[in-house]
Amino acid sequence: MAIANDATPRILTQRSLRSLGATRVGESLIYVALAGCALFTVLITLSIIGLLIGQTLQFFSMPETDVWEFVTGTKWNPLLGETKHFGIWPLICGTMWVTVIAMAIALPLGLVSAIYLAEYAPAWLRNILKPSLELLAGIPTVVYGFFALVVITPFLRDGLGIQLDYYNALSAGIAVGILCLPTIASLSEDALRAVPGRLREAAYGLGGTKFDVSMKVVVPAALSGIISAFLLAVARAIGETMIVALAAGNMARLTADPRQQIQTMTGHMTQMATGDISNFGVEYFSIYSVALVLFLITFLLSILGNIIRMRFQEAYD
Amino acid sequence: MPALSTDFLTNPPGPDPIDAGIGPALQGSVWVCAVCALVCLPLGIGTAIFLQEFQPRNIWLRRLSALLQLNINNLAGVPSIVYGILGLTAFSMMFGLFGSEADPLAETGATYRRQFITEEGSEIVFVPVASRDEVLELTQGMDAIDGNGNPIKLNIIGPDDDFPDDDETLARSILSDAEGGILKDYRWYYFRLPFGKGVFAASLTLMLVILPVIIISTQEALRAVPPSLKRAAEGLGCTPWQVVRHVSLPAAIPGIMTGAILAMSRAIGEAAPILMIGVAVYIARGPAHLMDKFSILPIQIYYWAQQPIDSDASLNFQHIAAGGIIVLLIILFAFNSIAVLIRQLAQKRLT
Repeated sequence: MAIANDATPRILTQRSLRSLGATRVGESLIYVALAGCALFTVLITLSIIGLLIGQTLQFFSMPETDVWEFVTGTKWNPLLGETKHFGIWPLICGTMWVTVIAMAIALPLGLVSAIYLAEYAPAWLRNILKPSLELLAGIPTVVYGFFALVVITPFLRDGLGIQLDYYNALSAGIAVGILCLPTIASLSEDALRAVPGRLREAAYGLGGTKFDVSMKVVVPAALSGIISAFLLAVARAIGETMIVALAAGNMARLTADPRQQIQTMTGHMTQMATGDISNFGVEYFSIYSVALVLFLITFLLSILGNIIRMRFQEAYD
Repeated sequence: MPALSTDFLTNPPGPDPIDAGIGPALQGSVWVCAVCALVCLPLGIGTAIFLQEFQPRNIWLRRLSALLQLNINNLAGVPSIVYGILGLTAFSMMFGLFGSEADPLAETGATYRRQFITEEGSEIVFVPVASRDEVLELTQGMDAIDGNGNPIKLNIIGPDDDFPDDDETLARSILSDAEGGILKDYRWYYFRLPFGKGVFAASLTLMLVILPVIIISTQEALRAVPPSLKRAAEGLGCTPWQVVRHVSLPAAIPGIMTGAILAMSRAIGEAAPILMIGVAVYIARGPAHLMDKFSILPIQIYYWAQQPIDSDASLNFQHIAAGGIIVLLIILFAFNSIAVLIRQLAQKRLT
């Protein structure tokens, strides 16, 4: 006779009243329900792709638009002017500026933090810093946008004396960089810590200093993980919306000067969605075409990041 | 500090920053996140259980399962604003298949009434009607409701009739050719297709954003359950679902809850997808039903932060935006603390 105590699952102590057939039917119903949940995620992906492609085709069927102009055009003015122009490059230029500035800040800082946390920091300090890094990652992006508008821009203008527009790519990029910093630091730290200790010990055995071991052995060994973290952060910066909607402005232009106001792809989408435009005009459908470009870029980056990470995971198993 | 008082937490947002508050936005955030959690948790946990606990043995099904996993990882990287566009088109407008928000194809829980101004001049009466388009036949002595909610009998004055003399009769008299304005009343269970710019559409959109996060964290929690427990249950003759129900899930619940709370804290701060759906920022009250107009805290902050700065005023919209941010951060901090607490307690229990 089995001895039942509190830790024994009830199913083992209780005689099932249902027949085996009923159990089998119940099992398969549950299986189908769970499979339905899982297939729903595929449905999401398919409907995003279907929706964006379908509506983009509708956008290009309108007389004001032209696929060639969209792909190569250097003018984006869907609202003003005699003739509307839909060339994607000014929006991509704005997005590139924000992303490049963000990565110029987040990559070195994040990498240095990750190396410090993984290789140098004592355990107690790491136990404090890692959760606070995750807390930083949990701050809503609208808060970073407010920070860019109210703190970063005045600091750059009055503190450092840089001539800036009120809305500009520079402070938005810096804020996005701060936003991406925890992503890069946290994921890179995971990658660095996953490097087996025997590699470090071998390097120490060969007479390497701590710096040698970190920079010449551990970082190269974790490089694929770091690259994947970087790609995910880039995807996040490209898709970031609230910061650029608040701080980057809404003037789409090809510019080489990040101190000017610009417009990103996401910024254009929020401008169209919050403005008083008709739901069936060409400017409304333009958000789908921009969203398609955005989706393709981030999807490719995300797939690339996942592939690199998967290969990395296999490396030390 | 004027920006952080109890009035600030309950007042509606107004044109003047001095007495503007976040009341409706706070209520809206609670509604949207609660409905989002109700929809998202079963779906996300179900998907995670399927991927983690029902791994097929067949090589092709295994590849399919790996593809599902890759798809979920990719969904986690899709910018939230793209989900916003999907939500706008699929949930809010429903591809235009079900009419528009103003003229929905199907709705339940709405009652209509026509409103008339009586010949007395200041009193109003209401006549319930079945639908927006119903042509109301005005008949002598028909039932109506006066402005105070009391039932009365209408007195209809035809083109040839004389006007009554006393005020009491005049207060329930309308002309036979009067055309009242239509009023629509919503019950708490009001529901319609398409969902429109309401709480439900926003919740479903947020669900899309949060779903991959919940799936991934639940999978991690399930993965952390020692396989020996599952093998033991299988050895005792448990079916796969019995293993999940009585062994894996109870052991993984703290991890699942931690992940769910962290996902919800992301949902509370998420603004971009809801911005695409469209919110009513200058709304006087919180939502009353699932299809109701709403505002949420991050978008309230966004609109205030956008306002021009008046350097003469003592209190700008930027200041109350900062107040809203403090409230938002306090909520997030509370959520994160609860999550950390659960994690700590669970660790103690298992070791």
